[in-house]
Amino acid sequence: MIAAPAPRAPPTTTAADATTPVKLAVRALDAGFGATPVVRQLTLDVPERRVLAIIGPSGCGKSTLVRCLNRMHELVPGATVGGSVLLDDHDIYARDVDPVLLRRRIGMVFQKPNPFPTMSIRENVLAGLRLTGALRGGRKQPAIDGIVEQALTRAALWDEVKDRLAAAGGSLSGGQQQRLCIARALAVEPEVLLMDEPCSALDPIATARIEDLIHVLRERYTIVLVTHNMQQAARASDLTAFLLHGELIECAPTERLFTQPSDRRTEDYITGKFG
Amino acid sequence: MPRHTDREYESELRALNDRLLKMAGRVEEMVAQAARALAERDAELARTTILLDETVNTDEVEIDEACQSILARRQPLAGDLRFIACALKMVTDLERIGDIAVNLCERAIELAREAALSPIAGLGQMAALVQEMLKDVMDAFNARAADRARAVVRRDDLVDELYHGVLRELLARMSQDASALQRGIHTLAVAKFLERLGDHATNLAEEVVFLVEGKDIRHAGKRGGPPA
Amino acid sequence: MSARRDLWFTLLCAAALALPLGVLVFLFGDVLLLGLERLSPAFLTSYPSRHAEHAGVLPGLVGTALLGVMTAGLALPFGVGAAIYLEEYGGNRRIARAIEVNVANLAGVPSVVYGILGLAVFVKTLGLGRSLIAGAATLALLVLPIVIVSTREALRAVPMGLREAGLALGATRWQTIRRVVLPAAAPGILTGAILAISRALGETAPLIVIGAVAYITYLPDGPRAAFTALPIQIFSWVSRPQAAFAHNAAAGIVVMLLLLLLLNAAAVLVRDRFSRGGSR
Repeated sequence: MIAAPAPRAPPTTTAADATTPVKLAVRALDAGFGATPVVRQLTLDVPERRVLAIIGPSGCGKSTLVRCLNRMHELVPGATVGGSVLLDDHDIYARDVDPVLLRRRIGMVFQKPNPFPTMSIRENVLAGLRLTGALRGGRKQPAIDGIVEQALTRAALWDEVKDRLAAAGGSLSGGQQQRLCIARALAVEPEVLLMDEPCSALDPIATARIEDLIHVLRERYTIVLVTHNMQQAARASDLTAFLLHGELIECAPTERLFTQPSDRRTEDYITGKFG
Repeated sequence: MPRHTDREYESELRALNDRLLKMAGRVEEMVAQAARALAERDAELARTTILLDETVNTDEVEIDEACQSILARRQPLAGDLRFIACALKMVTDLERIGDIAVNLCERAIELAREAALSPIAGLGQMAALVQEMLKDVMDAFNARAADRARAVVRRDDLVDELYHGVLRELLARMSQDASALQRGIHTLAVAKFLERLGDHATNLAEEVVFLVEGKDIRHAGKRGGPPA
Repeated sequence: MSARRDLWFTLLCAAALALPLGVLVFLFGDVLLLGLERLSPAFLTSYPSRHAEHAGVLPGLVGTALLGVMTAGLALPFGVGAAIYLEEYGGNRRIARAIEVNVANLAGVPSVVYGILGLAVFVKTLGLGRSLIAGAATLALLVLPIVIVSTREALRAVPMGLREAGLALGATRWQTIRRVVLPAAAPGILTGAILAISRALGETAPLIVIGAVAYITYLPDGPRAAFTALPIQIFSWVSRPQAAFAHNAAAGIVVMLLLLLLLNAAAVLVRDRFSRGGSR
């Protein structure tokens, strides 16, 4: 609606509608392994409390990109990062930022559901707090129970597991495990939730549950959803970014990107004219 | 233009494209024959033309089914999605054009029974113009050429102008000569049908522009239009 | 055609299994028959004696048990620690790689060499004497590579995803290892450790080099005490000329075998128990 007189940076990048503040701003990000670049000069805005989907063919750098957003990428030996990522206007790669503390603000859910096998459902939810020692001393049992219930409720799992919180996390179905992982991430009270192909190991029903959940979660959290399933991006996101060979080709409101993409390469990819 | 990786999908889309063109060809033929039956007062030609509508109706149903099948099985996106959306609308317009050709033929049969009316300036021109528009819009569709489709939209103004001319002349004649009343009313209907053919050709042209550019140019001006 | 070839191969494999198993059963039966007349509760609670029929394995049994506990106490912290460093931190890759190669080579060194090393370092240089602690330290050194290798394998079997999940929750590397990785790897580490200890308890050569004494009529009263172990006791009986001691040796072997079987069974139990609740 608003005319954009400012010259846009080369590849279309800022798709955020001007009304929502930018939560995460990626600026000229370079990332790779050793001498191999994976993400190149990438600039992208993630508006607050919106769902940004990242699509692109395998190896286009989508996973590397999200892993740069919570500084998980640098944990891989030989990983390189350049450029900056601003969380609420503060560079997370600045020297005074502790990546460990940062990761409590930016939660992550992985491709394969990975509840901790040695812990119960309840312990899994509390794992983030226990691991970091946040529960040591102080808090009373009812308060802790409240944390468990709230996280599981927000992850839309409470009703299914409230009677067996002591059961092993591994005893749940794949879809439930993934929601347990979401609950585990939410219990730490992050501001941003990164989801790296969260449904690729799930059946359609479980996938629909997660997507439904994403719609609810976006009222509280800023979500970055990596998916190789374009229909999922179309269904679940507000904005979609298309990556190719580590570069951002196009980022636009999802509805527009999937009906009239402005770049030929986006069109070819989403209509299946590739390779 | 790169092809779809899934070759069956590619061929399904191509088949749909071909079907639309074939249906359009049949509809154009019907309009041409109806115009000839009117001009030559050939009731027989009009009758055989009416029979062609059967095939056009079958075309409509089959194309609808093909679109639904692609929507359900392929979940088309972007250009493909616009193509399907466009095909669903085009098929409706084409079917309506076929119906109008039938209406024209019915009037031709009626008019052939009566004595010939002295030629009306502009009517023949209207018939030629809408046929040209139909042909051009389908060419534009086949070539995915938005500019040619836009040219068709502009020509509809000329059709409207001609229609009003014909209308004025017919009304004048009928008010002078009461015996021309019956024939005049039929001819009035013919002019109205030709004008409607122009509208449908315009619809088709707008659909082609949407297909190619993703822009909705219908009712432009009234809604302010989306920013380019 | 292929079905017949399959059958032949199956038979061949069965034969390959049956032959050594048969020999083993025969040997065990032979030993059991020979030792049966000495096996009694008294045999377990008696001290060695010049009289074959009064001799027992008590000091050896106690020595072996103490050796096992002390060896485990020494080998586990070092072995598991080293494995965690190599597997989870890796640090400088070249150094880690060098350590890795050395550890693999150490596992292939003959046990008697460890004995000589133990004699030189623990007995002489550190002045521990021919004591229980020197023996345990030597055995710990001997099984360290086994503990390291089996612990690394157990750590490697923990899915990468669990570590990432821990780190992504805002835990440090160490918090993740302690709360997530180690619990998940525990059954594997424990199994490896038990097997390593049972290997250590069966060793004779390094203990002989170090100077465990066969003839002891008292129980060790501290880590610095002189000691004996079951294999030493058996070895000494076997080398006696009197035929009567052959029965003692056989009975000792049976006790030794039962002990090792018990340990191995424990390892299997640990693995089964944990893997049932864990790996799903």
